[in-house]
Amino acid sequence: MSKKTNLLEVRDLSIHYSGNTILKDVTLDVRKNEIFGIIGPSGSGKTSFLKAVNRMDELTSGMSTTGSIRFHGYDTSAWKNLFSLRKKIGVVFPLPVGLPLSIYENVAFAPRIAGTRNKTDLDRIVERCLKRAALWDEVKDRLDSLGSLLSGGQQQRLTIARALSQEPDLLMLDEFSIAVDPVTTMRIEDVLRELKKEVSIILVTNLVQQAERLADRTSFFLNGEQVETGITEDIFNGRATDQRTIDYVEGRFG
Amino acid sequence: MLFMLMTWLLILPVLVILVLLIIRGGPAISWAFLTEFPSNGMTEGGIFPALLGTLFLVSLALVFSVPLGIAAAIYLSEYAADNWLTRAINLAIINLAGVPSIVHALFGVGAFVIFLQFGTSILASSLTLAIMTLPVVIVATKESLQSVPHAFREACWSMGATRWQTIRRIVLPNAVSGILTGVILEVSRTAGETAPIMFTGAAFFLPFLPETVFDQTMALSLHLFVVSTQVPDVPEHLPYGVALLLIGIVLSMNALSIGFRVYLRNKKKW
Repeated sequence: MSKKTNLLEVRDLSIHYSGNTILKDVTLDVRKNEIFGIIGPSGSGKTSFLKAVNRMDELTSGMSTTGSIRFHGYDTSAWKNLFSLRKKIGVVFPLPVGLPLSIYENVAFAPRIAGTRNKTDLDRIVERCLKRAALWDEVKDRLDSLGSLLSGGQQQRLTIARALSQEPDLLMLDEFSIAVDPVTTMRIEDVLRELKKEVSIILVTNLVQQAERLADRTSFFLNGEQVETGITEDIFNGRATDQRTIDYVEGRFG
Repeated sequence: MLFMLMTWLLILPVLVILVLLIIRGGPAISWAFLTEFPSNGMTEGGIFPALLGTLFLVSLALVFSVPLGIAAAIYLSEYAADNWLTRAINLAIINLAGVPSIVHALFGVGAFVIFLQFGTSILASSLTLAIMTLPVVIVATKESLQSVPHAFREACWSMGATRWQTIRRIVLPNAVSGILTGVILEVSRTAGETAPIMFTGAAFFLPFLPETVFDQTMALSLHLFVVSTQVPDVPEHLPYGVALLLIGIVLSMNALSIGFRVYLRNKKKW
């Protein structure tokens, strides 16, 4: 595997919250055009990991990190413009967040703050992102209505469309299906399989089957420890090297 | 049953005051009352300079307190880290709201009238009122900023928006009705205050209107005090008329703010 195909390289990353270590010594690579699954019970440090990657930690008081995260080969802690780093990394949170703006303005938000003013360009971006998030057909006739009043499943797809509007290289989803019905979950999973052709995806999930269905490689976090990382098929077909991983994916705990 | 009785007991004084004021002061209210100067040693005529003076004082106080208060609230709610300094500032604001208005008045005399040499003037009075009502604006603004869910901010930050872009595009537009409510409440409080202005710029009687902010002015609240207690042989309907006008201004401001809140509730965006 040549270095060029790695989008994200994490080395010995530890995360501390006011003295407590939440996650220790994570080392993993996320390759281009792959879905990288992170599974583990709640409290295992999955969400903190995402926050460390896009440096949301700098907004949460009391979080500090050691180790290194390289994005596109550059150390993120040395990234000069924090905001340009975040623009390259789209995030989808567990609970859908439709901003209290029109559906159109929700998706046009990131392009606008990036300086896109041209109406034709914005129209094109909005349509493209909503289509990629499989929401266009449902909302194309009411782009002016409030995004925050859509149903939960629609709002989550709106959130994905918004994350795509910033043209990210990396899309991070944090338990996106927690507030979404099964049918919408399946639709979003199809969307992710398509998106993989253009971006890398980190999929944090509580549902081990979701990781099994989607992820190319999977990492198992437990109590702040990266237990093991491997090709998804190996992890799920009893070829995991750590007994705890086997127990977890077979549903014996967690 | 008992609680209903208590509620009625609470409402009763308000009703009695209003009814009494309307019956006794109602006949005094007329176009001439609103637009004429007091005459014959303030026992006759209108209250025009006092009405206009209150308007001046309140508007100028708003000019100082609203931008400052909103800026302070944005800083405290959106930027300040949660440390001892921020907590101390928040505590100071709460305490500022509890300082008796006469103390504010004496502070105004010391700071604006004497130290800054504004003299007893509209400017000194307005600044004193502004400082006194600043906590109202700050607290109301902070509360309405914090009623905007934190998830909205995180969503914007994750898209690479700066704090200010997030505040300007998402937080402020959704907090503005709440801020307006606070400002209107401030107006009603400012209009009724007497102590802070009587030492700093409000006059007993002036036969002319103020021309600059360094002049003194008459004001409704002080005028009410004057015609009720300081001037002999005032016909009974005159102070009642002034009181009715003052309470009318305050109550209509409160009603406006309640109206805003109802409007806000019906326009929930999430």
